[in-house]
Amino acid sequence: MGFFIAQLLTGLANAGALFMVASGLSLIFGVTRIVNFAHGSFYMLGAYVGYSLMQVLPGAVGFWTSILLAGVIVGLIGVIVEICVLRPVYRAPELFQLVATFGVILVIQDLTLMTWGAEDVLGPRAPGLTGVVRIMGEPVPKYDLALLVITPFVALGLWYLITRTRVGVLVRAATQDREMVGALGVNQSWLFTGVFFLGCALAGLGGALQLPKGGADLLMDFNILTAVFVVVVIGGMGSLPGAYLAAVLISVLGVFGVTYMPQSTLVLMFVIMVLVLMIRPYGLFGRPEVAGEHGQVGEPERPIKPAGPRARMIVAAGLALLALMPVYGSNFTLVLATDILIFCLFAASLHFILGLGGLVSFGHAAFFGGGAYVAALLVTYADTPMELALLLAPLGAGMAAIIIGWVCLRLTGVYFAMLTLAFSQLLWSLVFQWGEVTRGDDGLVNIWPSAWASGTTVYFYLSLVICTGGILFLRHAAHAPFGYALRAARDSARQAEATGIDTKRVQWAAFALAGAMAGVAGGLFVFSKGSVFPNELEIARSFDALIVVFLGGVKTLAGGVVGGVALEGVKDILTRFEYWRLALGVLIIVVVIVAPDGLVGTARKLAERWGILRGAEDGK
Amino acid sequence: MSIVLETRGLSKSFGAIKAVSDVSFTLHKGELLAMIGPNGAGKSTCFNMLMGQLKPTAGTVWLNGQNLAGLGPRQIWRMGVGRTFQITGTYASMTVAENVQMALISHHHRVFAILPHAHRLYRDRAMELLDLVGMADQADRHCAVLAYGDLKRLELAIALAHEPSLLLMDEPTAGMAPRERIALMKLTADIVRDQGVSVLFTEHDMDVVFAHAHRVMVLNRGQLIADGTVEDIRNDPRVQEVYLGGGTLFHAAEEGHHA
Repeated sequence: MGFFIAQLLTGLANAGALFMVASGLSLIFGVTRIVNFAHGSFYMLGAYVGYSLMQVLPGAVGFWTSILLAGVIVGLIGVIVEICVLRPVYRAPELFQLVATFGVILVIQDLTLMTWGAEDVLGPRAPGLTGVVRIMGEPVPKYDLALLVITPFVALGLWYLITRTRVGVLVRAATQDREMVGALGVNQSWLFTGVFFLGCALAGLGGALQLPKGGADLLMDFNILTAVFVVVVIGGMGSLPGAYLAAVLISVLGVFGVTYMPQSTLVLMFVIMVLVLMIRPYGLFGRPEVAGEHGQVGEPERPIKPAGPRARMIVAAGLALLALMPVYGSNFTLVLATDILIFCLFAASLHFILGLGGLVSFGHAAFFGGGAYVAALLVTYADTPMELALLLAPLGAGMAAIIIGWVCLRLTGVYFAMLTLAFSQLLWSLVFQWGEVTRGDDGLVNIWPSAWASGTTVYFYLSLVICTGGILFLRHAAHAPFGYALRAARDSARQAEATGIDTKRVQWAAFALAGAMAGVAGGLFVFSKGSVFPNELEIARSFDALIVVFLGGVKTLAGGVVGGVALEGVKDILTRFEYWRLALGVLIIVVVIVAPDGLVGTARKLAERWGILRGAEDGK
Repeated sequence: MSIVLETRGLSKSFGAIKAVSDVSFTLHKGELLAMIGPNGAGKSTCFNMLMGQLKPTAGTVWLNGQNLAGLGPRQIWRMGVGRTFQITGTYASMTVAENVQMALISHHHRVFAILPHAHRLYRDRAMELLDLVGMADQADRHCAVLAYGDLKRLELAIALAHEPSLLLMDEPTAGMAPRERIALMKLTADIVRDQGVSVLFTEHDMDVVFAHAHRVMVLNRGQLIADGTVEDIRNDPRVQEVYLGGGTLFHAAEEGHHA
């Protein structure tokens, strides 16, 4: 019994940081409609800033002052980010905002690395709270008890601010109707900035508060992000009581999970989430998103046409050039070209659901890495020949997509994005924690192609044929009734449903197809590298694909492929620098703000302006 | 004349509020029937029940002898009911013709086909439909650049794609200039005459109603208070009572129409 209570108390203490980060995310989303993917980064910054302050400020007073100051400083950093990065994109589509905040993640990661170094930082103990208290014979850290008291106070303070003050009235009004608040003469930009400050300060506070328990490291940002999304999805986006309840639920569950089912702590979290969503699709306390026409922000996408003879010639010439690569290229260029081909297929599969279907999936790596692991596991445990493994990889990935799609497609917009991300993290944690089968972090190695395909040149040709085939197939599907129906569901789900098109089923099928195609790419990837590690399932991998599609141009058919070539090329150059994340992050933010049409879209516009291409009819 | 649509005791309550209570009416083949009433009268609720967006609390809806009540929008569409929206819903990223072709593809159960090129499918039939609404010359334009009146006509072509026996039009002329309104309703009336379609529409503009409807129903507070010819409705004291408590509106409308 004592043990049980001690566990419960630890769980409640752990909920503190999680609640603060989640409520900050929730607040920001409520008012600005932006899901701040960089929120975990502010949490990480809070920990590092708090650590540095604690080195300077001595004693108990210094400790607590440092924590408060860390919150304020991180809030101010948040203000800078809001003004520089988010203000220009408030009116842009969701995807642009998400990609911009991802750029912020990269920038903060490298700046943190520059400032504090790569070593993990041990958090200082809280003065006066270093020991343990015996509760029914079980030791409970004093600091946990302190957190236990502090968190409800923060929650109450927030509740008071939101429900009892004028600022709170404005925030709640803006959550309900931004236009109306603006029409009533409230300066929206400063309201947004203020809320962003508050949200980031909360994240910073959370980060600083957990220093004595967990210290600070460079992986904190992504690690908490998943849990925060789960909390927000379970509690309901924009609901503070929901965030608190869900944070407690997840944390307590986590503590008990470690004790009783150490292999499945992460998985448990997702199981709870899926259960909640099946009963209450918008979370325990969430309100349904207004199910209006999502429509298109900005210039609508142009009608598509199958490639004309000129474009076909260009593609054929490009393919011929590629096919001749073994003649003029070095071994290294062949390997690089193989990588790029595989990556392009992966990106094209995401583009299919994102560009045509408007389904912003943030977890597409689940199917790339999933396919890779299916192939690798088959080879490792069943000695499956490469040919069969390459067939089964997309099958496995497609099955996963069918299951994940079934859950995720119940929701739309940002909820869909967060759910897909959460699911890919679920797969990642499965692979990571289930060491006996997947070898965890050590990865699966020695997965080589069949003898006939083991040469670099032959494998390059194999990849060329499969990837080009896959990309052309996806492109053809875009012009087929199925692709049209997918666009119809995106453009006007209401009209599509009213003319007999089952939009959910169309999106589900597309999601499965995209998953399977990503699985093809994943299978090819494993045999080209000879090994696979859990990082093929990571958030960063999903974002690679997202950024590629975005960089190439969401509203153009060639976007995925062109972006794939461009990003892999840029990365090859950038990764030679120490702080390449910083450079890439800045590049992404600049592209979001300056050239939101992507490479293909911008090039097309320029070509039209210079009279090389025929312009869009009737102008704007 | 054969009956296309018949409702019996159609009712919908939201909690204690009776949005629509006990509405019964019939719609004959080739008829252009208007449903009017002040804001909050229950027109939209009625429409949403007919289209399957809402489930009736009680009552039946018969379409050509088949019960519709409780079916979803897609099933109702497949049974031969077309609809247009108060705020147009078209596929902005496609051409005008492709918008119509999409409905034809769905009608022929080929939504999941992955081999043919969609823009070649049912192109001729789409052109016929566009010709019917006077949009054939704009068939290859980008839907996003159309004028609002043209979008309305396009939507009409989409709604006619599966040769419906019944067309439900929710405030077809809302947001249009007066001249465009007359033109659109004239077009609708011609289609009713030539194609044998029956139309039920809601409308706020009395000019439009009195100029084109064959018959008018008046809803107030969820109840059907009048059902008759344009002349009957104009002279019905209860209807005049409902509208601003007097008959001024109708006289003004009448004069406006004859002007």
